[in-house]
Amino acid sequence: MKVFFKINGLDQSVEIQDGNTPLLWIIRDMLNLKGTKFGCGKAACGACTIHVDGEAVRSCSYSIKSIDGKEVTTIEGLGTEENPHPVQQAWIEHVVPQCGYCQPGFMMATAALLKKIPNPTDEDINDNIVNVCRCATYYRMRKAIHRAAEINSIPSNLKVQK
Amino acid sequence: MKEKMGSKRKRMKRRKFLKYSGVGIGLMLGATWLGRNPLRRAVFDLGETMLPPYVGNTSPLVWLQVSQKNEIILHSSKVEMGQGTFTSLAQLAAEELEIGFDKIKVVHAASISGNVDGFSTGGSTSIATLWNPMREMAATMREMLKAKAAEKLGIDIADLSVTKDCKISSGTKEISFGEIVEGVADWYIPETPVLKDASKFQYIGKPLARVDLNDKVFGAPIFGMDASYPDMLYASVLRSQLVDAKMSNFDFSEAENMPGVVKIVSENGFVGVVAKSQIEAEAARQKIKFDYKVNKDWSLADVEKAITVGNGTKTVFQKVGKAIDEKDKKSELVRMEFRSPIGAHAQIEPSGAVANYKDGKVEIKISTQVVNITRKEVAKALGISKEDVNIIPTFLGGGFGRRLHTPNAIEAAIMSRAVGKPVKSFFSRKQEFQNDTFRPPSHHVMQARLSDKGEILALEHSIAGGDTAFNSALVPFSIVKPIIRADIGSIRGGAINYDGIPNHRGTYYHVDLPFATSFWRSLGLLSNAFAIESFMDELAIKTKQDPIQMRLNYIKDENPYHARLKKVISTCAEKAGYTDEVVNGRAMGFAATIDAGTPCAQVVEVSIVDNEIKVHKVTAVMDCGLAVNPDQVKAQVEGCICMGISAAMFEKMDLRDNMLHPTIYGPYEMALMRDSPKEIDVHLIQGVDVPMPVGEPPLGPIGAAIGNAVRRLTGRRLVEMPLSLG
Ligand code: FES
Ligand code: FES
Repeated sequence: MKVFFKINGLDQSVEIQDGNTPLLWIIRDMLNLKGTKFGCGKAACGACTIHVDGEAVRSCSYSIKSIDGKEVTTIEGLGTEENPHPVQQAWIEHVVPQCGYCQPGFMMATAALLKKIPNPTDEDINDNIVNVCRCATYYRMRKAIHRAAEINSIPSNLKVQK
Repeated sequence: MKEKMGSKRKRMKRRKFLKYSGVGIGLMLGATWLGRNPLRRAVFDLGETMLPPYVGNTSPLVWLQVSQKNEIILHSSKVEMGQGTFTSLAQLAAEELEIGFDKIKVVHAASISGNVDGFSTGGSTSIATLWNPMREMAATMREMLKAKAAEKLGIDIADLSVTKDCKISSGTKEISFGEIVEGVADWYIPETPVLKDASKFQYIGKPLARVDLNDKVFGAPIFGMDASYPDMLYASVLRSQLVDAKMSNFDFSEAENMPGVVKIVSENGFVGVVAKSQIEAEAARQKIKFDYKVNKDWSLADVEKAITVGNGTKTVFQKVGKAIDEKDKKSELVRMEFRSPIGAHAQIEPSGAVANYKDGKVEIKISTQVVNITRKEVAKALGISKEDVNIIPTFLGGGFGRRLHTPNAIEAAIMSRAVGKPVKSFFSRKQEFQNDTFRPPSHHVMQARLSDKGEILALEHSIAGGDTAFNSALVPFSIVKPIIRADIGSIRGGAINYDGIPNHRGTYYHVDLPFATSFWRSLGLLSNAFAIESFMDELAIKTKQDPIQMRLNYIKDENPYHARLKKVISTCAEKAGYTDEVVNGRAMGFAATIDAGTPCAQVVEVSIVDNEIKVHKVTAVMDCGLAVNPDQVKAQVEGCICMGISAAMFEKMDLRDNMLHPTIYGPYEMALMRDSPKEIDVHLIQGVDVPMPVGEPPLGPIGAAIGNAVRRLTGRRLVEMPLSLG
């Protein structure tokens, strides 16, 4: 089957035999976007978190056929060094990553959370950010999530781009 | 100083530099000359400090290179797994090169470059052992560049200085590093210059941002699992799901016919499926039929029975004064037992490797903590020379000791040879949980003798545990067993630091387990400290003493490490405002440890919510000597605390019908965001003026500190990890 979708703003089509193939492998091995990580393949760690139509999903457990006509964003499309997403900017300010492997998943989950709840409480964060970080950078992540919400709340015309 | 400078020129030696194939302009600073000198000096310096010795490579090392962009590339023999070593090395190098910190790019040294660490990246020793060698190499390179610049510019070297943007300038004339090295084949290597005084440090001791920050925030493909080659195939290796069992009678007929399968490789004692995609390789692997031959039935109860003080090979590893005589009735005997579970590494990037075998040579991109061992093992398995194996280390998606064993490199290499194409082979998550090299479970017996005045007359710690350092590639059992007998990993943190207690000892019982156990961040420290520091707390309660003061009373000042431990203990109690009282439903718990020469104390604030333990705040004080990057040292303390909470309160592997489980995150419970303290207050003390280990020592106190807080809150003494009110 052929699946048409948008990824990081660009039109993409994929010819695939098995429509149930997890999106993660299409993104990583066919489209060569390696920022989305494999951690478990069973929707249990969140390393593979991406956005489909703005919602956070775990791409290891999301079939390629179900994104037909949808818009996918990966960490590569979240922001750039020149124009970082507020979440990325906050992550940089708080020097969150250690090994870094889980971080794209956390940043994607956070970006989606902030769309739903622009100013999350600690409880909101506990309930919604349920990925696994083995380096256990949770303390800085929490601070960075609050900081990202703060950056977000600055009207964009006043925002100083890094 | 003046005299030194004057005599220096005369002693300059003429040396030919190694050419670095391929990249950049060819100025490389070889370190053979250092290998004999400062590297080894560092080893001896560190011999005094309870650190495992650094095994420096004596083959030519290559560290620094001028790039075409007129920057410095630092080829690190230590790998970056989150601990921040790359950043600190860049700080050390920039300091002595006197260039901008942003002008240093740190990369993993491929083994073919010659810069191979002889031992491992582990034990929290990277910066402690490279503190002098790295700075000396940078200082030497600076002087070499200046000397050559003086020659090329025709200006006296005394009138030249280095600029932040990698030039050498007299104020009126300047020449870039790139221009300096252009066309130079031979270099004068001066004697090692005098290193900068600490008061002049510009980068060392500053909280600079990690050098890998942008790569990690914008999703750059830097990990082993991101590595690839054109035309690469994917593999999945069959691994036993049962412990103490052998697989045999393989039937590949169904697997072979699965879509995408290229070849089933059965060689060197393993079976692997090579296919066109990861998914296809795994699907086909699951269709291989075989029989298990179970040697002996095992359950967790059997393991716990085996891991019991009194079983196994006994070694006394600490012995001061007399042993406790259990029959003696003259003074009170206090005895408690503690247990810790089987722990999984659960690092998020699974183990694996990408190998490209061609014409008798193989290149392997891999997350490894043991570049040299990986290279040697692959060479041996393939029957080729070490020089024909190039290990290209990638960033590690977590290390924690998991990547001190890399048989996956051999498997990938053999499969690549078998199919004549590059092969990527990774563990599935289930395999990662079932075929981990686990943290061995442990059993501890603590005993003390108390006088009728409540003085501690004797204190003893007995540990039973499985392999930690033993049977690892780093410490082959056959060589080490007769010499040291006690597993140096299992006893880490197990000695009694309360040397004011007249009689104290440590005894270790080594037990063989039916599954692989090995290094897990901080090794025995977490569980040993849990036993010792919980027991000390209990003794304080029993003898109605302040737990802080009691500890201080029993530590003598003579040993400098113990003096630093005392300072850390009192500072931590003070910073946290430690009290025995329960305030607003919250209690504090205290514990302190010294690991690899770095003392650390922690106070936790805990409450009970719905019969569950909740950690609100942790105050940590650590003396890791000179913190090259205080922000990243703090990050390590925070990480150790949260990882320690996870290990001490949530994690455990079970064994039923010879099968280890759970095999997935979630059922393998771990501390997540909601379980991590909202406040972590870290204070660093600089008790010595050199860097000391950082990445593991803060894991010591956390388990005991939580248990001690729960004791004060509920009256219950928790003696088993994971801690639970049940
Ligand atoms: S890889 Fe998708 S949740 Fe773990
Ligand atoms: S930063 Fe290493 S797993 Fe999260």
